[in-house]
Amino acid sequence: MTALNQLTIAGARDALRKGETTSLALTDACLAAIEGAGALNAFVHHTPEIARDQARAADARLAAGDAPAMCGIPLGIKDLFCTKGVPSQAASNILKGFRPEYESTVTSQLFGAGAVMLGKLNMDEFAMGSSNESSCYGNAVNPWRRGNDTAALTPGGSSGGSAAAVAADLCLAATGTDTGGSIRQPAAFTGIVGIKPTYGRVSRWGIVAFASSLDQAGPMTKTVRDAAIMLGAMAGPDAKDSTCSDLPVPDFEAALTGDIRGKKIGIPREYRMDGMPAEIEKLWSDGSAMLKDAGAEIVDISLPHTKYALPAYYVVAPAEASSNLARYDGVRYGHRAKLGQGDGITEMYEKTRAEGFGKEVQRRVMVGTYVLSAGFYDAYYNRARKVRALIKRDFELAFEAGIDAILTPATPSAAFGLGEMADADPVAMYLNDVFTVTVNLAGLPGIAVPTGLDGRGLPLGLQLIGRPWEEGDLLNHAYVLERAAGFVSKPAKWW
Amino acid sequence: MSIDIDTARRVAHLARIAVKEQDLPALAGELSGILAFMEQLNEVDVTGIEPMTSVTPMRLKRRADVVTDGGMPEKVLSNAPDAREGFFAVPKVME
Repeated sequence: MTALNQLTIAGARDALRKGETTSLALTDACLAAIEGAGALNAFVHHTPEIARDQARAADARLAAGDAPAMCGIPLGIKDLFCTKGVPSQAASNILKGFRPEYESTVTSQLFGAGAVMLGKLNMDEFAMGSSNESSCYGNAVNPWRRGNDTAALTPGGSSGGSAAAVAADLCLAATGTDTGGSIRQPAAFTGIVGIKPTYGRVSRWGIVAFASSLDQAGPMTKTVRDAAIMLGAMAGPDAKDSTCSDLPVPDFEAALTGDIRGKKIGIPREYRMDGMPAEIEKLWSDGSAMLKDAGAEIVDISLPHTKYALPAYYVVAPAEASSNLARYDGVRYGHRAKLGQGDGITEMYEKTRAEGFGKEVQRRVMVGTYVLSAGFYDAYYNRARKVRALIKRDFELAFEAGIDAILTPATPSAAFGLGEMADADPVAMYLNDVFTVTVNLAGLPGIAVPTGLDGRGLPLGLQLIGRPWEEGDLLNHAYVLERAAGFVSKPAKWW
Repeated sequence: MSIDIDTARRVAHLARIAVKEQDLPALAGELSGILAFMEQLNEVDVTGIEPMTSVTPMRLKRRADVVTDGGMPEKVLSNAPDAREGFFAVPKVME
């Protein structure tokens, strides 16, 4: 018997519609699981009253027969989403005490569809990080461990709290955001599914901005079907985000036919990195065999500018971040430093930002400031934008040649230990994004699917990259991979 | 491109982040490391390539130039560290 908090969205939806359970019962089961999972540090702001009110309202809708798929489903919300009246601080001390007067478009759409918010989830500060260790709340912890080794592992980042919460069954699903891999890397580290939609598919309004030309929100779920259901509720046109597409949102769940016969799957040779662990190599070739068995054609392809994606990203993203984060000045919201005698407005800005921003955020704001400064703008920022255009063109050429989806590893390794990267230089941590960052630069949809375990029992995931606006087709490929891999492992409960 | 201590100090000031004098050498070292990583971009031939301005080929949406929101000073000020008489309050800017 599956406990209520262990249900998938699809399972809960069907049970709710049949009257086999209630949203309140689901919500209480999740709240109890959260209560017992303090050691994971996944939920950082708890909203049980809101959750129970929303659950009761959802039950009334269900009883009245007016229930969209997400109605009554208990979710965790990444701290990056502004939620009205509820702390929303992007895991940063500079937004301490901030309670938005408004609701982000994504959460507003989810709540409109009847979803329930259990609370806010841990993350890297301003979504800058790959291990959740830059959070002002302290890091979230991966529910998975290496066999009997009790060493605490990272759930990945930046959506680490979301990943840990879904993997540990504290919620049925969670929202995430992805600027360079922040949905897909933590999903892969925790054995769950995470999709970053096409840039513009989901409104960014009310999501604390990191790098506006790269940021996209998406669902983090237990199955591909759940990702299809939840993405449908998150996506759609929004007059408040001028980069949000007016394209209609198709029924993503209906796209899950399980039939990929005749589809062409590209295997990009540049993703075969020097020193790639044999386990990742095998996972990748196994995945390609699974898609071939399902009737797809496997094609070797070249994406020649892949190696320049990370350096281009680490120019473009900090540049945009330095501009976006200029708004944290101690005037309109959040923290303001205590000022000394004679301090003027410049000292107020400088002290406030030194106290409020963590080390990694400060570093990226300064890198961004430097690459945008007079004399360096062309050498760094404009050059990076040109390289970005070339990276996008690589993908366009592959799709023009008939490729339907591209299969790659999701991460260069399984989850690593918390603190293990503490002495490494910042660039070593950036390498975590090596397989995912190209997708953000090109604005494409990408999905991480768990397909195996490593030698120490940790989950590993593969990434599928799709054509722009073809999330339905991409999800269908992921669905085939999920079924063929038959990944059903769950972390043994120790928390 | 290596960042010296003076450049690190200047960048910190441009970013409006106070950095203690004794922390500048370490900061300069870190920034230099990151910039060295970016130097790889110089290997790419970008002749004739337009810098990307929009990842999806789209024109930014436009809307009628009308007031759609407003009249809520309390809400606007509700999160301010210091607000007085309907205004954000800051230290004296002009002498």
